[in-house]
Amino acid sequence: MDMAWSALGISLKVAGCATAISLVLGVGVGFLLARAHFPGRDLLDTVLTLPMVMPPTVLGYYLLVLIGRRGWLGGWLQETFGINLIFTWQGAVIAATVVAFPLVFKPARAAFEAVDGQLEQAARVLGIPEIGVFFRVTLPLAWRGILAGVLLAFARALGEFGATLMVAGSIPGKTQTLSVAVYEAVQAGQDEVANVLVLITSVVCLVVLMAAGRLAPGRIASK
Amino acid sequence: MELEIDIRKTLRSGKRNFHLDVRLRTHSRRIVIYGPSGSGKSLTLKAIAGLMRPDDGCIRLGGVTLFDSAAGVDLAPQSRQVGYLFQDYALFPHLTVRQNIGFGLAGGWRNPSPERRHEAVDYWLEAFKLEPMAHQFPDELSGGQRQRTALARALVAHPRALLLDEPFAALDPALRARMRAELDELQRRLEVPMVLITHDEDDVAVFGDHVSCLRDGRIADPGTDCSEALLHDAAD
Repeated sequence: MDMAWSALGISLKVAGCATAISLVLGVGVGFLLARAHFPGRDLLDTVLTLPMVMPPTVLGYYLLVLIGRRGWLGGWLQETFGINLIFTWQGAVIAATVVAFPLVFKPARAAFEAVDGQLEQAARVLGIPEIGVFFRVTLPLAWRGILAGVLLAFARALGEFGATLMVAGSIPGKTQTLSVAVYEAVQAGQDEVANVLVLITSVVCLVVLMAAGRLAPGRIASK
Repeated sequence: MELEIDIRKTLRSGKRNFHLDVRLRTHSRRIVIYGPSGSGKSLTLKAIAGLMRPDDGCIRLGGVTLFDSAAGVDLAPQSRQVGYLFQDYALFPHLTVRQNIGFGLAGGWRNPSPERRHEAVDYWLEAFKLEPMAHQFPDELSGGQRQRTALARALVAHPRALLLDEPFAALDPALRARMRAELDELQRRLEVPMVLITHDEDDVAVFGDHVSCLRDGRIADPGTDCSEALLHDAAD
């Protein structure tokens, strides 16, 4: 049973980090796509949305090519800093981030686009610098939509399986998350362990979804 | 206070082009730009506030050049020190009346707490009888209270001029007359120069020391009487 709790701990750690990174990147990219007009904007949006529809194993393969020991980025990290991401929990964070990120930046972009531009203009005329306009008007008004996306991203990161398995493997107590542990338990015929793991996962996901539903009624229900 | 506007702007929407060509020069403290909707009144007001950038020309207010395409001057809205009353007031829906009025007084990245008191904010809350609503949010206010809150927010930092975009259009007729009288009295007391845009000739009668008529993006020749335009509009 220790293994179940350590898997829960790893899952929360990985999903928490992935959600935090997705939040910062998602708000930034969402705001950029909502406000800036530049060539290739739609292409960027599409590419960043791709992880939502692509099989996680394909994403995992891409990540291996990129951050693997002989990958473009991974090889450089290994040579320059001696950093290896494969089969580490940090690797699992990267996998979960790629998968969860679209769930933050999509609603963030929509929420920023829904903010009445006249309110930002009112703030500017009152002498508030652009950074203040963002943190005092734009972000507070878009916050509910963003937060709903963040909770969904957390739930998605918690359930990540394919990409995580390919990048971080399944090392008990080190990289084995809940969803991977369920698979291992069933494969090994440990039905009792699997039951506990499934129950824990279900409760955590239920809580997250209920919280998300309270924040943005309608938006979640229509998905 | 001298206001000098000489600007041009071309806007494209679909296949239609709209040309704005506004020339206006006055020493009056009460300026009304009168014209039907779609004549470019709002664009002109936005240009003064720095919310719309003209293609070329210049805008001077009280000896300060706000915009001059030839000299490459284009002050940010933040540095123009004007008060702006938006047509539907543009109150911040997530902030209380007190926070809305004090919005421009607080620097930094964070909104001041609802409890934070400020002398100037207290003054306006009292002057506009808004004290009982100080902790309410804009969607809980009546039309008149909303307008007073927006006016207080614009006036609290002592702007060099007050720009008003159809200030009474959102109010019902009885309230409109009352708020008009209130603004009239307020302007005389504060002596703040104001530019008011409207399509309501009652506004022209009360506030129009200097009246410019705008039609299809152009100001009628300065000096000509507006009454013809007024009569024409009333017949529509």
